[in-house]
Amino acid sequence: MNAMLNNLASGAWGGFWMPPEGSAMAGEVDWLFFFIYWICVFFFLLVLVLLVAFAWKYRYREGQPMLDAPKHNTALELTWTFIPTLIVIVIFFYGFKGYMNLAVPPPDAYEVDVTARMWSYSFRYPNGEQSNELHIPVNTPVVFVLSSDDVIHGFYMPVFRIKKDIVPGRYNKIWVQATRLGTWDIFCTQYCGQDHSSMRSHVVVEPRAVFVDWLGKLGGGSLPPVERGKYLWDTRGCQQCHSVDGAATGKAPTWKDLFMSHVQTQDGMHVADEDYLHEVITHPNVHPIAGYQPIMPPTEGLLNEKDVGDIIAYIKSISKNYHPALPAAAAPTTGPSK
Amino acid sequence: MSEELKTDNYLTHERGFLSWALTLDHKRIGLLYMIFVLSAFLLGGTFAVLLRTSLLTPNHWMFPSDPAHDTQAKLFYNNMFSLHGTVMVFMFIIPAIPAILGNFMLPMMLGAKDVAFPRLNLMSFYIYCLGAILFTWILMGGILRTAFNIHLPFGFGLDTGWTFYTPFSTSKAEDGMVAGVLGAFILGFSSILTGVNFIASIHTLRPRGMTWFRMPLFLWALYATSIIQVLATPVLAITLLLLVAERLLHVGIFDSSLGGDPVLFQHFFWFYSHPAVYIMILPAMGVISEVISVHSRKHIFGYNFIALSSVALALLGFLVWGHHMFVAGQSNLVDSVFSLLTFSVAIPSAVKVFNWLGTLYRGSIRFTPAMLFAMGFILLFTIGGLTGLFLGALATDVPLHDTYFVIAHFHYVMVGSMVFAFLAGMYHWFPKMFGKMCNPTWGRVAAILLFIGFNTTFFPQFVMGAHGAPRRWATYPAEFQPYHVISTIGSYVMAISLIMVALNWLAGLLWGKKAPANPWGGNSLEWHCPSPPPHDNFTTPPVVDDPYNLAAWEYDASIEGWVPRKPQPAPAGRAAADRTRPVTH
Repeated sequence: MNAMLNNLASGAWGGFWMPPEGSAMAGEVDWLFFFIYWICVFFFLLVLVLLVAFAWKYRYREGQPMLDAPKHNTALELTWTFIPTLIVIVIFFYGFKGYMNLAVPPPDAYEVDVTARMWSYSFRYPNGEQSNELHIPVNTPVVFVLSSDDVIHGFYMPVFRIKKDIVPGRYNKIWVQATRLGTWDIFCTQYCGQDHSSMRSHVVVEPRAVFVDWLGKLGGGSLPPVERGKYLWDTRGCQQCHSVDGAATGKAPTWKDLFMSHVQTQDGMHVADEDYLHEVITHPNVHPIAGYQPIMPPTEGLLNEKDVGDIIAYIKSISKNYHPALPAAAAPTTGPSK
Repeated sequence: MSEELKTDNYLTHERGFLSWALTLDHKRIGLLYMIFVLSAFLLGGTFAVLLRTSLLTPNHWMFPSDPAHDTQAKLFYNNMFSLHGTVMVFMFIIPAIPAILGNFMLPMMLGAKDVAFPRLNLMSFYIYCLGAILFTWILMGGILRTAFNIHLPFGFGLDTGWTFYTPFSTSKAEDGMVAGVLGAFILGFSSILTGVNFIASIHTLRPRGMTWFRMPLFLWALYATSIIQVLATPVLAITLLLLVAERLLHVGIFDSSLGGDPVLFQHFFWFYSHPAVYIMILPAMGVISEVISVHSRKHIFGYNFIALSSVALALLGFLVWGHHMFVAGQSNLVDSVFSLLTFSVAIPSAVKVFNWLGTLYRGSIRFTPAMLFAMGFILLFTIGGLTGLFLGALATDVPLHDTYFVIAHFHYVMVGSMVFAFLAGMYHWFPKMFGKMCNPTWGRVAAILLFIGFNTTFFPQFVMGAHGAPRRWATYPAEFQPYHVISTIGSYVMAISLIMVALNWLAGLLWGKKAPANPWGGNSLEWHCPSPPPHDNFTTPPVVDDPYNLAAWEYDASIEGWVPRKPQPAPAGRAAADRTRPVTH
C-alpha cells in the first residue's frame, strides 16, 4: 500500500489507466488506447441502457397482452453490421500506423545488446562493456537487439509502451526514444520457469553527458583483481544466485568461506581450491552440488580467463580459510554496490 | 400398466451400474459427462481460489519467507496456474456445453431418439474419462509435492502454463509435461468424435419439414462448433505429438540449436487454440439465443443473421491465430494481416448482441435464474468482446500483451460469458433433464452474486494490466497489491455464489417441485415430451414448427407450466401471415 501511495504522490504511477508516458511513442499509443476506450464506453453504455430499459419496460406483468414486434428488420441489421465494420477498420488503421512507428527503428539508433537468461538480463554497450544495469540517454533513439541464452523471455518496459519476446536462436529488435528522466521498470513477460516473476530489472534514463560518463566507468578494467572480482560478481549475473555474506539463497552456495571448504557433490567430496573453482565456473553443473538444483547458466562467452581469475581472487578474499602472508596491495575501495 | 408408463423415464428405464456404464442413451451420457465436467470445474476452480489467495501479498505469504521456501512457493504457484488453465480449458470449458447440454438436447431438438452414432458417443465419454484421469492424477502430484512434500507414484507436475511453449517445455519444464500433453491429446479425441456425431446427426436426422433455417439456433451453434472441433483438434493432436517427440527424442523441430524454430510451435499450437475459443463460445451463444427468446416469450430477432454469424465465426476463427504472437517476432507484414483479420471476428459477435437486445424489445420478460444469467452474459460478453479491440489493434497490443489485461479479457469471455451461458442453460433445461424445479429465488441471488463477484475479480485486472503487471507472476511489485486484494476478495464471492448454485441444484434434485413438460413455454421439440423424457424421447412423434413460435403455447396455472394453445382463427392481412407461418409436417 505504501509503495502505491508513494508512487501516486511522486507521479511515478501515472494516470488511472496508463503509466507515465516515458517515450516519444507513448503518446501515440495512449491516444489510440483512449480512442478505443471511449468507443467501448459508448457501446457498453448503449447495451447496458437498452438492456436495463427493456428489462424494465417489457417485464412480464400479469394480464398484459404481448405487443406486436417484427421478427427481423434487414435494414436495421445491416446498419448494425456496417457501422461496427467501419469502426474496426478505423481502429485497425491507427493500430497499424502506430505499430509501424514502434517496430521500425531509425537507422542511426544507438544499439544496446540485451541478453536474457533464466532469470536475469545482461546489457552490452557499443564500447564492448557489459553491465546488468540498463542506462540509456534521454531523447536519443536506442535500439535493443534481443537474444536469449536459453528459453523464450520477454522484454517489457511499461513506461515506454514497448515489449518484445526474446527468442533463442534469433535476434528480435525493438527501439525507443525515451523522453522522461528517471528509473523505470523492466519486466519479463514470457513465462520462463521458477523465477519468472523475479526476472525484473530497471532502465535508467539520464542526460546524455551523465550516460557517457557512466559508460566510461564500466568494465572496471583497471581495478585490482579482488575488487574486479567483486565487480564481476555484481554485474555478470552471479549475484542473482550466489551471496557473498553467507546468506543462504536456496539457489546456489554462498561464496563466503567457500575457498578451501569441503564441498559435497553428487560425485563425491571436493576441496574448493583454485582448480575446483575454475572448473565449476567454466563448466557449470559438472559437479552437481548436494542440496541444490543444477541451474547455473553457461558462462562461455560471458567470462574470459582474466575474469575467472579475478573472481577466484575475490572468492579467496572472503574466505576464512585464506591467510595471505601479505595483505592485499590496496584495500578495496567502494566499487559498484548492490 | 399405464401408471408404470407414466412414471417410466430415461432415469428409471433400466437400473444398475452397467445400465449406466454401458448406456447408449444420449441423455444418460450427458449426465455422466456432467458429473465429470463439473468435477473438473470444481478442481480448476479450487486451483484458482488457491492462486488468488497466494497473490494477496506481493511475496507469497502462504509460505515462510526464507530462500528454500521461496523456491517451493514459486514452484507451487507455477504448478497451480498451469493446472488451473489446463484443467479448465481441456476438461471443463471445451466439453461443458456440447457434451452435457448438447448431448442431452440435440437429438430431442431434432425429434430423434438419439444421436447418429450412439456407440461413438459412449466411446467419446470414455476417452474423456481416460484423458481426465491421466491429467488429474499425474499433474495433481505436482501440487501435492510442491505444497506438502507428498510424493504420489507417477506424481509429476506441470509448470509450463496450458500453452506448453518451447523450448521451456521441452528442455526445462517438470517431468509431468509429457503426461499433461498426452492427457490433452487423449481428451482431444473425445472432442473430435463428439463433433463428428453432431454433424452427422444434424445432417441426417432432421425430420421432414425441419429445413436448416427451421432448426433451433442452439443446433446451428453446435453445428458450427462441431466443424471447428473436427477440423482444428487434429492439428492440436499432431502438435502435441511433435512436442513429446521433441522432449523425449530431441528431434529438433522447435530447437534453434538444431536448426528448428521455437516460434513454429506457437503457430501450430495457436492454429488450434484460437478456433478452440470459438468451440467454447459458440455453444454458449446458442444457449443464450434459446434462453433470451423463451424467457421473454418472443420470437428470436434476426434468426438468419444469428445462424449465419455462427458459421462465420467458426470460419473466420481459423484465420486469426497469429494475434497470440504479435510480440513473438513475427514479421511486421504477418502481424498486420492478422490484426486486420482479427477485427473481422468482432462483427458477427456484435451482430448477435444487438439481435438479442432486439429479441427483448417488446417481449414479456420473466426474470428466471436462466434469464438473469443470460442478461449477465450480454453485459459481460460485451465487455469481453470490446476489450478484444485493444488487443487486436497492434499499437495498443504491444504494451498490453502478456499482461493482466489479457487475463481479464479472456476471463470475461470464458467465465463471464461461457460460464454464465452454461449456468443459464442448466437452469433452463434442468426441469427437462431431472423432472424437478429449482427454487428460483436462490437461483436469482446466486446469479446476481456471481455477477458482482465476477466483476470484482476481473475488472481491476484490466487496470493492473494497463499499468504493466505481467501475467503468470508468482510474486509482484508492491504497487499492484491493492488490485490483487480486490481481485481475490471477488474470487471468494464467486466461489460462494457457485456453491450456492450447486446447493440450489442439489435441493432441486432432492426436494424440488415436480416439473411440467414445458415449464418455460419453449417451442423447440425437446419441450414436446415429458420432463424427464422417456427412454425413446417422444411418446408421439412431434410436429415440426418454427422453433420460436412461442405463441403456440399458453400458460396453465394448474400445472405451473405451458400447454399447447387451442388453435384460433387466423387474423386477416399480410402482416398477420408474416407472424403465423403455417405448420408443415
